[in-house]
Amino acid sequence: MNYSKDQLLMDRLANAAREGRISRRSFMHHSMAAGVTASAATGLWTSAANAAPQRGGTFRVGMHDGNSSDTHDPGQYVSRQQIYLAHQYRSYLTQIEPDGSLGPDLATSWSANDDASVWTFEINQNASFHSGKPVTAVDVIASLNHHRGEKSTSAAKSLLTSVTDISADGDYTVVVTVESGIADLPWLMTDYHLAVCPANDDGTANWQSGDGSGPYKIDEGEFGVGWSLSRHDGWHLEGAYFDALELLVLNDPNARQTALVTGDVDAVSLIDLKTSALLQRDPNIEIENVPSAAAITMPMFCDTAPFDDVNVRNALKLAMDRDEIIEKIAFGAATKGNDFHHSPAQPYWPDDIPQRDYDPDQAKSLLKKAGAEGLSVSISTADSVFSGAVDMCVLYAEQAKAAGIEIDVVREPNDGYYSDVWLKKPFCAVSWGARPTPDNIYTLAYKSDAAWNESRWQNERFNELLLQAKSELDNELRAEMYREMAMLARDDGGTIIPMFNNFVYARRSNVMRGDNLAASWELDGARAPSRWWFAS
Amino acid sequence: MGDILGLIARRLGLGLVILFVISIIIFFMVELLPGDIAQAVLGQGATEDNLAALREQMGLNKPAIVRYLEWLGGAVTFDFGSSIVTGERVTGLIGERFMNTLFLAAYAAVIAVPFAIILGVIVALLRNSIFDRVANVLTLTSISSPEFFLGYILILFFAVKWGMFPAISSLSQGMSLGDLLYRTFLPALTLVLVVTAHMMRMTRAAIINLLASPYIEMARLKGAPPWKVIVKHALPNAWAPIINVVALNLAYLITGVVLVEVVFVYPGIGQALVDAVSKRDFPVVQACCLIFAATFILLNLAADVGAILTNPRLRHPK
Repeated sequence: MNYSKDQLLMDRLANAAREGRISRRSFMHHSMAAGVTASAATGLWTSAANAAPQRGGTFRVGMHDGNSSDTHDPGQYVSRQQIYLAHQYRSYLTQIEPDGSLGPDLATSWSANDDASVWTFEINQNASFHSGKPVTAVDVIASLNHHRGEKSTSAAKSLLTSVTDISADGDYTVVVTVESGIADLPWLMTDYHLAVCPANDDGTANWQSGDGSGPYKIDEGEFGVGWSLSRHDGWHLEGAYFDALELLVLNDPNARQTALVTGDVDAVSLIDLKTSALLQRDPNIEIENVPSAAAITMPMFCDTAPFDDVNVRNALKLAMDRDEIIEKIAFGAATKGNDFHHSPAQPYWPDDIPQRDYDPDQAKSLLKKAGAEGLSVSISTADSVFSGAVDMCVLYAEQAKAAGIEIDVVREPNDGYYSDVWLKKPFCAVSWGARPTPDNIYTLAYKSDAAWNESRWQNERFNELLLQAKSELDNELRAEMYREMAMLARDDGGTIIPMFNNFVYARRSNVMRGDNLAASWELDGARAPSRWWFAS
Repeated sequence: MGDILGLIARRLGLGLVILFVISIIIFFMVELLPGDIAQAVLGQGATEDNLAALREQMGLNKPAIVRYLEWLGGAVTFDFGSSIVTGERVTGLIGERFMNTLFLAAYAAVIAVPFAIILGVIVALLRNSIFDRVANVLTLTSISSPEFFLGYILILFFAVKWGMFPAISSLSQGMSLGDLLYRTFLPALTLVLVVTAHMMRMTRAAIINLLASPYIEMARLKGAPPWKVIVKHALPNAWAPIINVVALNLAYLITGVVLVEVVFVYPGIGQALVDAVSKRDFPVVQACCLIFAATFILLNLAADVGAILTNPRLRHPK
């Protein structure tokens, strides 16, 4: 067999393994037939064995989505550049651990009163800003208040609207009072906007200085170009194994991947799915494929004909072949959706809900029941929603034909899609960022009176459960409520969820990581620089 | 000489008028973009409440014409204002980027201009030979390929396959000149390939055109060697069109490098302009565009002055 045929076989094997079509045993068998040694084949199947972390080196990361017009203002964090940088030089009260649980960052512990309306956070007394000043309750309060109040321009304002008071109890205790109980409050504190900045004398947050209490301090840098950071020796947590960091803005996918191949960077935040199979061949590169809570949704207005009939909505849900969409649009790098906006990467995920699959016959009979045979609808989409959004809708339109549904794909302008199309057109494609908890996303986009209730869905039982679950501190009861809500959204709701996008990023194989990767952001929840290390 | 100074003064005055008209066009083009700054800054996550607060803070509630006049008032005193998005001074924001772009353009020009003109003279000398044909095919191929494609090809061979140069041109402060030249070699080479063909072919055409003139015949008849005929007799009369093409290409090196900057991740002014347009950050867009426009105006002026200075008939009109 010649070289290129071997490569072709290896690519097919890797694809088969990805789709779970072959076992590890036959993978090894075929790999060796293709001339790969046993040790190399094992390496392809599992990631490199894990050694104890060690210090040293400069970790260079190529990141996508960085603009010259980005700023240090945490209320206006929107680009990946800002989010990755924020997790290095600033701290949050809590963090999502690699195993998906909630862990401490600046807060060492937190507790609530019985109805979850008053939360107390204890601040780590070893924490200090890069300027040397200790982090106290005053700084935390100023940072949280930056997102509150009439004059605040923060994008996280809606997250904290139910907070009525934030006060200090001594230097290292912060008490947060909410108008009605929120059991998720410590989870909300991981939101990327809620970074802690030093306080000014007048109680406002000093975000302009770029001072923070994170694992690395900024030496120099420019938005849209790149940043140099060095380790903050007094960091309050374990980790930060690298001596220094270089975060480079590499917006062009080709530049990013070439830089990884040539060793100009050690990790990149996003790789192009179309070429990931080619990149996989490089023995010096490890690709990570992590299921996330970032969903693609297709909301239908439940108060607008023909979507006001639940049978029509469910017929449209059944008329979609999600497997084909994941294979052809996401190149396998996605998790199948089930029409409720709750991902396996979020806590309380109900794993026993039957998967909705492609069933054009049942869709037809539902349409018959609704008296809507020969249904014809339009769906709005744009290339900027996500890469492949238009293709996805065209593919869906083809699939729906088998159910006798005519879908007209309307391509809208990229600019202003979220101001002119989303929430205005009765059926469109939307891309949602990952949210930490189900309560968070349900409150934002599914609560009957939410400003972003994108499907205009009104379900009394769902809203009742949402309120109950919000303040329920018993985890089992809560999980049960989220299970029921998922069923309601799946069978009555107005949102089709084709898939949850995976985070696909890569590192060079001399960069080591722990056993798990956090699913909140790319690069191990944006905390790779403080969690990963170089092999010796 | 006085005529030339008068010409320069007239053209500079006209240039200012052009810049003024361009600034009006750019302002209203930015206004025409759908959505507004507040929306672009806060993104998908913005609520009406947020947007209102941010518009107030950015002063977007004033009518467009008032905002333009305010900007113009500053601009005539060389105060180009602050970025609406970040609040930083425009000069600070794009000053360094512009210097980077100038550096890359100068680097490419220092290689490309002598290379193209010498090559043009040689192919004129050896016209219709194999060398002439090969040089023409190669330069025409490189100018016909989009520059990002040329960049990718160079990266593939020089960075990925042979590992001679870095694939990305990230700069850091305190870099030595040698390091700087090494890191920016591939983008500079891409630009050289893009602009060489124009200049080389214009040099070749201008010289060949003159070779049919009687005074060249005379030079040949008196026994001057072919290279001397071209360099001493033909070239001085060919300068005017060559200078024009060189000036146009130099302007392109500054204004047309956006794609090259993206491919090589070079922190120049093109990337800043693209970001500013996507955020509708009008003062930054305005400053970048005016720099580009001024570049064109000045280089065209330089070309005309150069053409006059190299032509004694224009220098001493009757």
